[in-house]
Amino acid sequence: MSTRLVNWPRHIARPGMIGPVCIVVLWSLAHACGWVSARLLPGPLETFETLCQSMLRGTLWPDLEATGLRTLYAFLIAALAGIPIGIGLGSSSIVYRSTEFVIDFFRSTPATALFPLFLLVFGIGEGSKVAIAAFSAWLVIVFNTAYGVMNARRSRILAARVMGASNFRVLCDVMFYESLPQTFIGLRLGISYALVVIIVAEMFIGSSTGMGHRIIDAEQVYDLAQMYAGIIATGCLGYAVNLGFLTVERRFVRWSGK
Amino acid sequence: MLSAAVTVEGLCKRFAGQPLYDDFDLDIPAGTFTSIFGPNGCGKSTLINMMAGLAPFDAGRIRFNGRPVRDVKIGYVFQNYRDALFPWWRAIDNIEYPLKIQGMSAAKRRERVQELVAQFEVGFDLDRYPYEFSGGQQQLISILRALAPHPEVLFLDEPFSALDYETTLFIREKLQTVFVDNGITMILVSHDLEDAVYLANRVVMLTKRPTRVAETVMVGLPYPRTDETLYDPVFIDAKRHSLDIFQREVRK
Repeated sequence: MSTRLVNWPRHIARPGMIGPVCIVVLWSLAHACGWVSARLLPGPLETFETLCQSMLRGTLWPDLEATGLRTLYAFLIAALAGIPIGIGLGSSSIVYRSTEFVIDFFRSTPATALFPLFLLVFGIGEGSKVAIAAFSAWLVIVFNTAYGVMNARRSRILAARVMGASNFRVLCDVMFYESLPQTFIGLRLGISYALVVIIVAEMFIGSSTGMGHRIIDAEQVYDLAQMYAGIIATGCLGYAVNLGFLTVERRFVRWSGK
Repeated sequence: MLSAAVTVEGLCKRFAGQPLYDDFDLDIPAGTFTSIFGPNGCGKSTLINMMAGLAPFDAGRIRFNGRPVRDVKIGYVFQNYRDALFPWWRAIDNIEYPLKIQGMSAAKRRERVQELVAQFEVGFDLDRYPYEFSGGQQQLISILRALAPHPEVLFLDEPFSALDYETTLFIREKLQTVFVDNGITMILVSHDLEDAVYLANRVVMLTKRPTRVAETVMVGLPYPRTDETLYDPVFIDAKRHSLDIFQREVRK
């Protein structure tokens, strides 16, 4: 029995497919049997049709692009400012300990609580959205990079030292690589945070483009199929970003954990 | 008369408020293979770390034929090869790294690695990454890395403790070859008395802390030593005598 199941065509019967298929089946049942009011939950067919139409007509792309670009800018600013500062903090335990509380405090503060402050400083426009997303991504990048540097394996540093490596060489040839796996974790978390903040900012800080704007607009005019389609498209964007990052990570830090 | 490769004079080292070494002296003659053996916590690894300049000490002097450690080419093989090799570089880059630090040209570095490959009959592809090799191969790579710059003294900190027996025998043979062919002064810390006596011509037996030299046992067997050596009365005597000293020190 069990061997027959295993012998199923592998590319169709992947265990990873079970979850998504179950969700769509459950969703169809909930819709068809009226478990959830049709006014709150359109069926999957209707939703995916709306999604396909938005793609084919091209109305989805400008919003997706706007959100993608804002997230990318925020992420780039955060990474460029975060990695060097993280390395600096991690290299000195005194500096790290003196800043640990501040970083932890702001990391624990929901970025959304700082919206009004950023609005005051950067005004209602692109600047404030990108700035607050960059800020929340920056914190997590700084923290993880510093953590990676601090936890560099001592034996590898000693190995370089005993061969006569200078401090600068140890920093470039050992500390940098040692911190890279943790830095990548920071970058991956950072870009996810940036996307979350950008979506929320597009919803509540006046915006005429972006997925956040698209979703809340659909909700306002009660176009639920459009709203769900927007949610799914945003989910796909987030998933694609994460997957892309994991691929890059596997390429660049193949030695991670080894 | 052999000159001293390493001289330790009046070494003091406190550990968590307790004296680990107090006015400790040790001479390691050039061209010898010295094993350091002693009870747990007597600071065997700490001693070679201090010699190699990897650990600070409170007082005393450590000289390599009159020079401080920073002026001497030394090699160091760590207990845990996995944490000592650089996994972001290929095996060959790892071996070349100490040469790169010295500013040797790429062509010269390649040449030196080829020399080592020939001497050790390395049969695996050094273009691969350290984690793609077995434990024994990785430890061999770290030994090659330590030997690349022609060190005057090679420190070995429990190099077999993470290896299985078969690999231990293999690495043991390789180390003997280096010692016989190159005449490098070798200093081995081991927790296995058989390894310590088999490889060395001098076994420094340490006491419990505050650590002193209980006795230096000489092992007058010729190199290369083989499986037959293990049954040689001289070997058995040296090992038994070392064990007696060890037991006496542990029970003190």
